[in-house]
Amino acid sequence: MEDTLHPNTTKEIKPPVINIGIIGWIRANLFNGWFNTLLTLVFAYVLFLTVPPFINWALINSSWFTTSEECKASGGACWSVVTTNIRFMLFGFYPHALQWRPLLAIVILIALLIYSRNRNHWRKSLAYAWAIGLFTMGLLLKGGLFGLESVESTKWGGLPLTLLLSVFGLTAAYPVGIILALGRQSKMPIVKSFCVIYIELIRGVPLISLLFMSSVVFPLFLPEGMTINPILRAQVAIIMFTAAYIAEVVRGGLQGVDKGQYEAAQSLGLNYFQSMRRIILPQALKIVIPPSVSILISAFKDTSLVVIIALYDLLKTTQTTLTDPKWMGYSSEAYIFVALIYFVCCFFMSNYSRKLEKELDTSL
Amino acid sequence: MNQLKHVVPSIVAAFCLSAGVAMAGTLDDVKAKGFIQAGVNGDLFGFAKPDEKGVWKGLDVDTARAVAAAVFGDADKVKYTPLTAKTRFTALQSGEVDVLTRNATQTLSRDSSLGLNFAHVNFYDGQGFLVPKALGVKSAKELDGASVCVLPGTTTEQNVADYFRVQKLTMNPVVIENTAELSKAFFAGRCDCMTSDASQLAGIRAVAPNPSDYTILPEIISKEPLAPAVRHGDDQWLDIVNYSVLALIAAEEMGITSANVDEMLKSTDPSIQRFLGVTEGNGKALGLDEKWAYNIIKQVGNYAEVFERNVGTQTPLMIERGLNALWNNGGLMYSPPFK
Repeated sequence: MEDTLHPNTTKEIKPPVINIGIIGWIRANLFNGWFNTLLTLVFAYVLFLTVPPFINWALINSSWFTTSEECKASGGACWSVVTTNIRFMLFGFYPHALQWRPLLAIVILIALLIYSRNRNHWRKSLAYAWAIGLFTMGLLLKGGLFGLESVESTKWGGLPLTLLLSVFGLTAAYPVGIILALGRQSKMPIVKSFCVIYIELIRGVPLISLLFMSSVVFPLFLPEGMTINPILRAQVAIIMFTAAYIAEVVRGGLQGVDKGQYEAAQSLGLNYFQSMRRIILPQALKIVIPPSVSILISAFKDTSLVVIIALYDLLKTTQTTLTDPKWMGYSSEAYIFVALIYFVCCFFMSNYSRKLEKELDTSL
Repeated sequence: MNQLKHVVPSIVAAFCLSAGVAMAGTLDDVKAKGFIQAGVNGDLFGFAKPDEKGVWKGLDVDTARAVAAAVFGDADKVKYTPLTAKTRFTALQSGEVDVLTRNATQTLSRDSSLGLNFAHVNFYDGQGFLVPKALGVKSAKELDGASVCVLPGTTTEQNVADYFRVQKLTMNPVVIENTAELSKAFFAGRCDCMTSDASQLAGIRAVAPNPSDYTILPEIISKEPLAPAVRHGDDQWLDIVNYSVLALIAAEEMGITSANVDEMLKSTDPSIQRFLGVTEGNGKALGLDEKWAYNIIKQVGNYAEVFERNVGTQTPLMIERGLNALWNNGGLMYSPPFK
């Protein structure tokens, strides 16, 4: 009778418990149909086989701050190889007492990168902040001013070197790549053929051979006794290489811009530079964000190839640590650590590119 | 045409002359800049490798330090350039380094056509085999059909291939790029035996999960006299590097160590007096301070000290003196008289 007295109130009937919540999700996604059920069971079994032993090895039986002998006894992961050698792995030959300087430089770099993530912060002041920040980082690494002890670039190594080669390599390669892409589209035959030859030559050889040329062949052409900083040589090789790839990606973007846009720009009376600067490039670069980020990511990882010219980047300092008979047996742990650092950096880049793509998306 | 005949040789002569002039004074160059730039390995434990603090340690490093002690009276005046097997000789030829102490094997072609001069050998090495005891092999000649773990790109790979061919045996090389990975693969059973320089095998065995399961075969299949190298055409610099190495050996022969070198200054033995510069002459002949050998021994030690500290039986490498013992102990280390 109650119900009839209040005909407007409807009793809310919940769906069956097996159709909602976690159980519902599991049913809908993992056990819908015999094939998916089978896959789920197989994967669950594989995870059961691999994950507990891994956790056991990596966390439960692991040793963190021990000597290598104690590591051997424990049988688990030996993270001590990382904790004991961390300063050499991260900073290479940088004088032990001065290692706060590269650390501070890295912190400044990360702070600037995080701050620049937000496009609302993109003002002129940010450009100045970058200029000052980069200068400070250079000063911290190099020293020699304001009472900072001078440290030669041959002693730079580890993470600062990796970041230095990638950050400067990528920021310098991008504008060069854009110029090359524009040059390749140019109607001036000399400019065009120069750009085509450059791009095809560089893309036709592996980075490792460019690095090798820069360190082995190039010095033989220099007058006796004249040497150029090996870091600079590697940096130039990386810039030249990355620029060629960026150029091709940007060219793709330029071709992706509708012909009408070029014509519209011309009909407005804009000259070449104005139309490129105001109309074409903003659209073209937006199209090519995903491929350029993948080039940046691979270029970042490619910096580890400088090992062949004996620069001590992050990977090389790790490998050097592992040549010590005390730690030779624990390469997996050390490489996992390095992989994590690389992963964090690359993930940051790709994450940021997705964010940027979304923000710049003007389509409806 | 006639003119051309004269022009060409004079250009060549001019080039040679300028090259000669530029190369002549490594000692002066080194003194002017205040340090020695040494090319080293960087990855070879016991020979040249930075420790946890980034301080260079090793037998090759100590050799470079000996040269610095001779030239400057201060063994710390060395800067190290880590070089790969591929870049090492270019770095020396182009003047990037003043001396190459990078476990380089002295060979005829390197000595001649590469334009290098080798000083006295600072380590006699050779290539050997490491096998699991379970394999039941007593000699390398029983390794027919074995899979062999080997590093690529060095003479090691070539040597082992040559050895198996000469012995009419077959082998499957398992080539892995770096030592840490190579030894891991070997201990995981990827190959039947592992070959490397004998100086490395004991150290590699030491990192095995159970070192006593492995044994080093008696055969040494190659000669690897490792020696410091300098550029052709600078005899004074070659002499200095050469006698810096020999001073280490001579000091061991005479029983002079870093601990007793100050007492030895009072020795009445004329050969010791000449060696330590009490009786003058040697330093002047080399263009160095008369105390040059004293400084080497005081700051670096004699050859036995250098050897035991870096690669000897108390280190993880556990290398016996063997060929590197003094000549009167059955080794090859022999120093000419210092007079």
